Amino acid sequence: MTITVNSPQKSPQKLWRIWRQNNRRQQTLGAIVLGTLFLLGIIVSPWFLGESGLSTVLTQRNQPPSLAHLFGTDWLGRDMLRRSLHGLSLSLRVGLLAASVSALIGTGLGLAAGTFGGWVDAVIIWIVDVFFSLPHLVLLILIAFAVGGGTKGVIIAVALTHWTSLARVIRAEVLQTNSSDYVHLSRHLGKSSLWIARHHMVPHIVPQLLVGLILLFPHAILHEAALSFIGIGLSPHLPAIGIILAESMRHLSTGYWWLGVMPGILLLLAVKAFDWLGENLRSLFDPKTSQG
Amino acid sequence: MQIRLLLVFAAQKLLRLGRLLMAVAVFTFVLLSFSPIDPVKAYIGADMMQISADQQALIAERWGLDQPMWSRFLDWLGQLLQGNLGTSLVFNQPVSEVIASRFQASLQMLAIAWLLSGLLGLALGLIAGALEGHWIDRLIRLYAYTLASSPTFWVALLLLIVFAVSFKIAPICCAAPPGVLSQNVTFWQHLHHLLLPAVALSIIGIANIALHTRQKLIDVLHSDYVLFARAQGESLWNIVRYHGFRNILLPAITLQFASLSELFGGSVLVEQVFAYPGLGEATVQAALRSDIPLLVGIVFFSALFVYTGNTLADLSYPIIDPRIRLGGQ
Amino acid sequence: MLSISNLGVIFTQYDQGLRRKQLTVITALDLDVQAGEVVAVVGASGSGKSLLAHALLGILPENAAMSGTLQFQGEPLTPERSRSLRGKAIALIPQSVGYLDPLMRVGKQVQRVAQLAGQSKANASTSVDRTFARYDLPMATRDRYPFELSGGMARRILVSTAVVTQAQLVIADEPTPGLHPDVVRETLSHLRELAREGRGVILITHDIEAALQIADRVAVFYAGTTVEIAASKDFSLGNLRHPYTQALWRSLPQNEFVPVPGNQPSPEHLPEGCLFSDRCPWVSDICRAERPPLRQLPRIG
Ligand code: SF4
Repeated sequence: MTITVNSPQKSPQKLWRIWRQNNRRQQTLGAIVLGTLFLLGIIVSPWFLGESGLSTVLTQRNQPPSLAHLFGTDWLGRDMLRRSLHGLSLSLRVGLLAASVSALIGTGLGLAAGTFGGWVDAVIIWIVDVFFSLPHLVLLILIAFAVGGGTKGVIIAVALTHWTSLARVIRAEVLQTNSSDYVHLSRHLGKSSLWIARHHMVPHIVPQLLVGLILLFPHAILHEAALSFIGIGLSPHLPAIGIILAESMRHLSTGYWWLGVMPGILLLLAVKAFDWLGENLRSLFDPKTSQG
Repeated sequence: MQIRLLLVFAAQKLLRLGRLLMAVAVFTFVLLSFSPIDPVKAYIGADMMQISADQQALIAERWGLDQPMWSRFLDWLGQLLQGNLGTSLVFNQPVSEVIASRFQASLQMLAIAWLLSGLLGLALGLIAGALEGHWIDRLIRLYAYTLASSPTFWVALLLLIVFAVSFKIAPICCAAPPGVLSQNVTFWQHLHHLLLPAVALSIIGIANIALHTRQKLIDVLHSDYVLFARAQGESLWNIVRYHGFRNILLPAITLQFASLSELFGGSVLVEQVFAYPGLGEATVQAALRSDIPLLVGIVFFSALFVYTGNTLADLSYPIIDPRIRLGGQ
Repeated sequence: MLSISNLGVIFTQYDQGLRRKQLTVITALDLDVQAGEVVAVVGASGSGKSLLAHALLGILPENAAMSGTLQFQGEPLTPERSRSLRGKAIALIPQSVGYLDPLMRVGKQVQRVAQLAGQSKANASTSVDRTFARYDLPMATRDRYPFELSGGMARRILVSTAVVTQAQLVIADEPTPGLHPDVVRETLSHLRELAREGRGVILITHDIEAALQIADRVAVFYAGTTVEIAASKDFSLGNLRHPYTQALWRSLPQNEFVPVPGNQPSPEHLPEGCLFSDRCPWVSDICRAERPPLRQLPRIG
């Protein structure tokens, strides 16, 4: 007797997997849209909320989370959700600015190292090495301190320390593209360097840059929050998320847990949203390297 | 033969360390000399109003601040080479002593956190990698990714809220119960105060190790030799046991030693949350109170710390991988 | 002992922009192997020969779906049965030392194969000793790592992995490329010996010359189909029927040495009709409309 071996039996799990596979593209696109909307929403929220709910209401002090105040209220009766949104929006804007500057530095140095090679490459690699030889947070503290602290200090420190991995990726990409056959061919055909850069380099590097930039945001934001938290970053008068969390420390032993927990969850969600966005973009550009 | 190789290796490593510290010295010096912070002002702090301009100039002269930059650099470098890191302004003690005593306090915490994160991370990574795509893998990945994007200080804060405030099974701060002199602290009290910060610190490392181990195991499971092992009828768990573990150990150990850098950074935040008097807390103090000598000392020390980690990783290669010989032949 | 008919394998993959696509990597493979004979499977890379081995051993990747009829020793070879038979009744001789764990001593690895085939630890150790002695491998080889082996030694160790088992069917996947001619000859003679012991041997190779040296029959694969199964002597006698087989034979250095013009179609763009139609000198309209099935022909001569 012979039987026919037919693997794709239509068990429920198999069907579910097939459904997932068929919808992966839509799911990915949907995730990108959703993540972007969520983050944009947080960033612009202060303009919609205005100053309402941020004034002291002594009758509403230290309320645990409820329907009226999802994140509870603080010791001055301010609504924590609104404070957190204000703080997170500020932190995101600071982080985005610093990360974008960092991405520019990274792209510039990566392109320079890959294109010029020689001593330019050597110096840039050396700088990267020095940066990697110090713990990131120590480096951040040192730079933020040296430029005089404050908002400016955080932005400079974060911008100066987050470009290394992107520079490496871009450098590798340039080197790889440069040595590829079609670039050699273009050279032989007498195409100018600019033409090659526009037609061969840019299409390869732009996706990398975009994904790299977005994956850089969460790091920048977390480091901004950390610096503000230990008191070296944004001034205590600004309601940045790191400041809000540092303040909550003082009220911990009184049992007002929501002061620390709720803003942290919001920060975590924002960071995860960036990660999610970056991963989904990456899988759209390059399905093989992404985690399904 | 082995001894000679070892000596060559040590010499190479020391030379590289010297070059690296030199680079860090130049970098730090340039950064601080362009800084808008006036060291004199920083030193005197609040009393600035009561000090005349003449006296300020005198202090500046005593510190050699009127000299050109390169001569100050050489001066400073000379002091460094003699092992003189200066005096901490905050602690009023030689910087080297402050670092030594603070690091001792941090070391145990770092060690516990390092071991915990390494072992748990490896275990989780192996399970997730072996069960790629399974819900257990998804769960571990979700956990690791969430941890990886959680702010360290917030995780520490959460642990503090749960274990110290709600359950009251851990102390809320510091390295010893209030009012107990450091020489009277018992071993258990010591451990009691150490454990929660150490756990908080280890949680950051777990995610990284677990995700890398998982990816590495997946690579190994897709390798030709695992294909062959499967063709021989080896079961998944035996493949992980005989082939996976062996081939994963090296990258995991490298990563674990490289994670010393992140661990150090994490300890700054964790010690801040737990008010644990370690080196990390001293770093924050130095920056907040403009204690330049201490800050510079800590920068050097952290570079040394990270470098030691990387060197240990290099040393572990030839023990685990017979293809790698010491000295890179 | 083994018979395969109309085997198909389809992969599911993702493209840029996450578009899903299906790749038919094996369209219709047919093969049969008797005990004590060496059947060579020849074809260019991408013709599906290695996948055939993986399908028999049940080690196809997860995104592969299999169809067709497989029979081993008179019973259907389901994926479950493959799983229980591999390493015991069916053994693989892999391509290169890359298929050995780089961080494990080779003696231990071969011993592990013997243990997996059902021998006790002590027995496995003695069978490793016996097998190494049979292939003139010094005892010290047991303690070497794969990267410390010479090409010839590596070959003999890989053959040893099949010999320590009592597998009735041995599949040798590309055992000869890039080797010194002496080593090639030695390796081939080892395979012939295995057949003499009564095992069935499938020799997967793209080297027709090597195949013709030891094989009883040769199956020619093209773009995931079996185009012809011929006795080895048919080649020199000129009894070849399929234009591709004939072209392959002509492309050998000692014959006309003309390469087969054109390229194998990629699994992404398989032609509608006969898969060889775009390279065939005798192509006609029927060929483009319909794929001809494999037919049993009476033996000539
Ligand atoms: S194209 Fe026609 S003649 Fe040529 S091999 Fe195919 S079926 Fe035979």
